[in-house]
Amino acid sequence: MNKISEIFKNKKCLITYLTAGDPNIEKTAEYIIAMSKSGADLIEIGIPFSDPTAEGEVIQNAMKRALKNDVSIDDIFAAVSKVKKEIAAPLAFMTYLNPVFNYGYANFFKKCRETGVCAVIVPDMPYEERGEIKDFAARNEIAIITLIAPTSKERIKTLAANAQGFIYLVSSLGVTGVRNEITTDIGGIIDEIKKVSNIPVAVGFGISTPQQAKEMTKYADGVIVGSAIVKIIARHGVNASQKLSEYVSSLKKAID
Amino acid sequence: MNNGKFGIYGGQFIPETLMSAIIELEAAYNHFKCDENFKRELRSLLCEYAGRPSLLYYAKNASEKLGGAKIYLKREDLNHTGSHKINNVLGQTLLAKKMGKKRIIAETGAGQHGVAAATAAAMLGMECEIFMGEEDTKRQALNVFRMKLLGAKVNAVQSGTKTLKDAVNEAFRQWASRVDDTFYVLGSVMGPHPYPVIVRDFQSVIGNEIKEQILKKEGKLPSAVLACVGGGSNAMGSFYAFLEDKDVKLIGCEAAGKGVDTTETAASITTGRTGIFHGMKSYFCQTENGQIAPVYSISAGLDYPGIGPEHAWLNDEKRAQYVPVTDAQAVEAFVFLSKTEGIIPAIESAHAVYHAMQIAPKMKKEETIAVCLSGRGDKDVEMIAKYMGENINE
Repeated sequence: MNKISEIFKNKKCLITYLTAGDPNIEKTAEYIIAMSKSGADLIEIGIPFSDPTAEGEVIQNAMKRALKNDVSIDDIFAAVSKVKKEIAAPLAFMTYLNPVFNYGYANFFKKCRETGVCAVIVPDMPYEERGEIKDFAARNEIAIITLIAPTSKERIKTLAANAQGFIYLVSSLGVTGVRNEITTDIGGIIDEIKKVSNIPVAVGFGISTPQQAKEMTKYADGVIVGSAIVKIIARHGVNASQKLSEYVSSLKKAID
Repeated sequence: MNNGKFGIYGGQFIPETLMSAIIELEAAYNHFKCDENFKRELRSLLCEYAGRPSLLYYAKNASEKLGGAKIYLKREDLNHTGSHKINNVLGQTLLAKKMGKKRIIAETGAGQHGVAAATAAAMLGMECEIFMGEEDTKRQALNVFRMKLLGAKVNAVQSGTKTLKDAVNEAFRQWASRVDDTFYVLGSVMGPHPYPVIVRDFQSVIGNEIKEQILKKEGKLPSAVLACVGGGSNAMGSFYAFLEDKDVKLIGCEAAGKGVDTTETAASITTGRTGIFHGMKSYFCQTENGQIAPVYSISAGLDYPGIGPEHAWLNDEKRAQYVPVTDAQAVEAFVFLSKTEGIIPAIESAHAVYHAMQIAPKMKKEETIAVCLSGRGDKDVEMIAKYMGENINE
């Protein structure tokens, strides 16, 4: 948990996402290392799920490709534990609840700790349902990342006051995916959050260009870039390392 | 029930973006369900527009042919739009209107719920968009055109298995992007709380009427109430009035597809296990790794990998029993009922009819069975012809 707050110290953070097993699990490990070396401060690893209801087409398709490769949670833990030795950036899992429920909460969070994963983002588990995993996560010192959306309004106070690690601020209505324009009053929501908590806030959903990233960090402590990275992996498959490094560096440079 | 849970089942497993809308929905529902004006308006829509109460018909020919218990059919197929779906849709669309929403969206499998939603939207002056798996738009092309005719926009969903579960996924995604002006009219007793409660309440008119009608005709409660289950709305609506009447057996008939020992099945209680999906904890057909399994049934309306949380709970509590019925068995019942009673049932409802055919002969003549005939079978005729190897398009 401490590790996450450290990355936000004295700088704006770049959080990047990829789906485990797309194009294959060996490449996932390689791409995590490439992104870390190019300046990603935290890497979010998606555990593929058959029905990702909060994702747009880009991440849906990545999960489909990963599942075609039959990538399992154990394969992902194995890959993570290998890359952990080579990189400094902390790692987080993005996962829907069912694969984890099916794996067993106790075992899952124990393995998170053993392999050095320090947080989970669960898009289909709102604050009210945290009871599902809270004790297992706490026992293993894994942060459960709170999402706040443009629709959260009166909920912001409670959500922010009980958040761990950082807050994932969902920039727009709808699902994940590249957007040309973000119309939500990000600054306004962040002000609301900061009234009750000084926890770092990172903005995600729709951010793809270095300019957008730069714009967001005017208000936020960090940005999360997902679909834009997954698109590069979709286009370049097993040869995406170089392109990913260039792209991540350009984002990092923009927010520094 | 508390916090939207039925035992360990139910809950609100949805993205944060939708939480405010769900909370708003619950507050509005709790307010309007006690509001006399709302109740009067809904009652009037159900009676004057949808044709309630529906008949409880004594299937004399079928009962005598089978021997044993008397079989009563709850004729939801005679409702406006041809199925029980209209009960829930009128309730939710009226609620949407009261909440000031201008637009409804809905998922559909066989097209029954979609047609009902498009109908309610046309009548109550709302914009309407329907999500239907591409596979199902092919299986039920006639219903697609009906929805369009009623003024709805129909989206053929291309993702995943292109069936009902994917239509639900897409409806949730769409709702998240237009949550301010859009009301999601969910079609079954599933999804996040409060939907399983709302849909059950709006459908409970079925069981309430069965109870009243059978008491009038027979002077006693039925020995068993049967209904087909996909998500389980006609079953929950039929069962709810009888939950406290412990002598009444409640039996849900799941779609076994090509058999529960094959992977081409949709029997979530028989072949699935506990999981979390589509906003709820319940039973789901899933793979070893917790991926939602592609399911199959001849019936597009039962072709769903999960079941409503209250059913999961009733199953664990042993208050209701869930039995699998295969495609072939459902088709057998479809033909049997058509020939003996002159009633062509929806292939969904035929699953329940089949089970009645099995248990009636083993029961006493003084006993009665109430079967929910959830919909009419016109939509299925072409497919059944194909199944039986006849080409009717020549």
